[in-house]
Amino acid sequence: MSLLQISEPGQARVKEKCGGRAVGIDLGTTNSLVAHVQEAAPRVLPDPAGRSLLPSVVHYAADGRVVVGAEAMALAPRFPRDTVASAKRFMGRAPEDSAAIRALTPYELVAETGPVVRFRVAGGRGVTPVEVSAEILRTLRARAEAALGGDLDGAVITVPAYFDDAQRQATKDAGRLAGLEVLRLLSEPTAAALAYGLDKRSEGTFAVFDLGGGTFDISVLRLTAGVFEVQAIGGDSALGGDDFDRALAARFLAELGLAGSRSEGQLRRVLDEARAARERLTAAAATTVRVARDDGSPWERPLGRDELEALIRPIVARTGPPCRRALKDAGLAPTDLDGVILVGGATRTPAVRAFVRELFGREPLADIDPDLVVALGAAVQADLLAGAGPRADVLLLDVIPLSLGLETMGGVVEKLIPRNSTIPCGAKQTFTTFADKQTGFDLHVVQGERELVAECRSLARFKLGGLPPLPAGMARAEITFLVDADGILRVSAREELSGQEAAIEVKPTYGLTDAEIERMLLDSFEHAEADVRARLLIGERIEADRILQATRQALAVDAALLAPGERDRIESAMAALLKARAGEDHTAIHEAVQALDQAGREFAGRRMNRSVAAAMTGRSIDELEGKG
Amino acid sequence: MPITVTEKALGKIKELVQKRGPQTKGLRVGVKGGGCTGFQYLFEFSDDDPAQHDRVFDLDGIRIYCDPKSYLFLNGTELDYVETLMESGFKFQNPNVKSTCGCGSSVAF
Repeated sequence: MSLLQISEPGQARVKEKCGGRAVGIDLGTTNSLVAHVQEAAPRVLPDPAGRSLLPSVVHYAADGRVVVGAEAMALAPRFPRDTVASAKRFMGRAPEDSAAIRALTPYELVAETGPVVRFRVAGGRGVTPVEVSAEILRTLRARAEAALGGDLDGAVITVPAYFDDAQRQATKDAGRLAGLEVLRLLSEPTAAALAYGLDKRSEGTFAVFDLGGGTFDISVLRLTAGVFEVQAIGGDSALGGDDFDRALAARFLAELGLAGSRSEGQLRRVLDEARAARERLTAAAATTVRVARDDGSPWERPLGRDELEALIRPIVARTGPPCRRALKDAGLAPTDLDGVILVGGATRTPAVRAFVRELFGREPLADIDPDLVVALGAAVQADLLAGAGPRADVLLLDVIPLSLGLETMGGVVEKLIPRNSTIPCGAKQTFTTFADKQTGFDLHVVQGERELVAECRSLARFKLGGLPPLPAGMARAEITFLVDADGILRVSAREELSGQEAAIEVKPTYGLTDAEIERMLLDSFEHAEADVRARLLIGERIEADRILQATRQALAVDAALLAPGERDRIESAMAALLKARAGEDHTAIHEAVQALDQAGREFAGRRMNRSVAAAMTGRSIDELEGKG
Repeated sequence: MPITVTEKALGKIKELVQKRGPQTKGLRVGVKGGGCTGFQYLFEFSDDDPAQHDRVFDLDGIRIYCDPKSYLFLNGTELDYVETLMESGFKFQNPNVKSTCGCGSSVAF
């Protein structure tokens, strides 16, 4: 254990200190924005035209030009495939994982398989979601540098709380590609809580309900003496206001007689009008939908708020289960909360607000523009990390979404870091060898809630080799799991006797969809009992094999020490154990192991005595010789 | 409960303060985010007087400052100085700690 030395003033914080031009960036599915703390208040930095929101849309022109934002969005109807929107949905994903999302987007991919998605855009170029996001970040960076008059010192970029390692890493990469120093990734709901200044209260428990264009997050935050802790998170990264628009657009397309065949431009025009109509219905009770057909002829229909609400009700209701689960994870009832914060443009929709009011039994907080609140909070955090703020001592803690563990003998998972642990976090555990003369450890890092490796998700495999051949249990590998503040996992292993080391940084080639995370969680609840039984069974079988092997060896080597009839008793206990081992009942195996242990106890005792006697005899001879 | 310092640690602190020079007005202890189990101790010289809300402990002329938030986690802590064959340094004996990590500078409460 290392000891502390006294540091020079400020030195301990030097790593995070970087001056006053640090910004917060909300890299959203639909819109992105940048904010900065000026005179103790966070403000969104608008572009020269005064627009705060930058549509997260990037257009790649045939001549190699790249257009970002509202201008790109305007080009989308004419160039649907060369104009990438919602790139965030593809971050850290492989083509195979994104089929469901792609069914609703017009993009063409370079390849249907491979480690990352690559959109084919004008000129035959293939661009990754990371590159698309980097263009958005670069635009925001230029905007911030123009507003603040100089290079940025760093940025805090927000990500949905449910983002896994691959998605977080992809976001970080996009930041670096855009020439930003990413000070930290911050989960969006945590940022919202900061924007609301919840840290100024002495304590409380809050839920943050974040329904954006493309993602839904629910977080339960606990505040104690100004210290934040994310107690539980949940959500669905394939749920948002876009889904409302798609449901509405699908109805319009059906009415237009275009459900089956339609041009990309037509799809885009209908989607845009669906969004506009939904936004108009936030204030108005009725509106008229107008769309131009491909041949230029107009089409229109009236749309009332009632019809919209009936249509989106089942989509809104999908936010319910993650909320209830998050509360359950945090061990809270809705009445235990001190407030519910609304985040994300889609929470402006009255039907969403009504649903939240009913679910949590209270009027939600919505004083800060739900489109801006995350960026404002990120700016507060950036200011904190830059050491310029007065609240430089506020601690922000995030959590990991799924447990992290290691495969052990028999395919059983040993969880080192339980899910919902606050990050940064770490765990250390020592493992020993199972077989004699084992010269390496095969380390298999897994993620998930189930007891068996086969049911969890494999994150990485690596080997700790070069160990001296030792009897089973003598080599001891100390395994360390470290999850940094950005949720990225590093696993290192060190064998204590030989000093051999190995380490791996887990950047999975592709991430889990949040629907899969949900499913893995639900599965773990459903199969909890069966899993534990399976785990016990494997454990007992390993124990059975161990004692059977040892007994066979002893009988072969020391048959001379057996008392009359003893061999029969031991062998029948062995037969009984073999029979129990073939069954599925772990208690029966356990009892048979005990019985064999009992049957062989005296024999083992005699073997032990003889070894001790041999050792003593050796000693006395040595001593005699020593004296002589 | 105050923050206390063992005789050995106090001796070492005085020696280090002496060596560093008269600009040293005190020592700051605290807790900050980071490290492998979530929090990390902060222990540094201070060239300033304590801030308005700091808790201040006067130990035989040496002032130790602790901000009120950190004090929630540090009250009752005894600062010790340890010398082993391998290394020497200060150690926080903190009754609030639930677990420590191997590196000893990270703690969980």
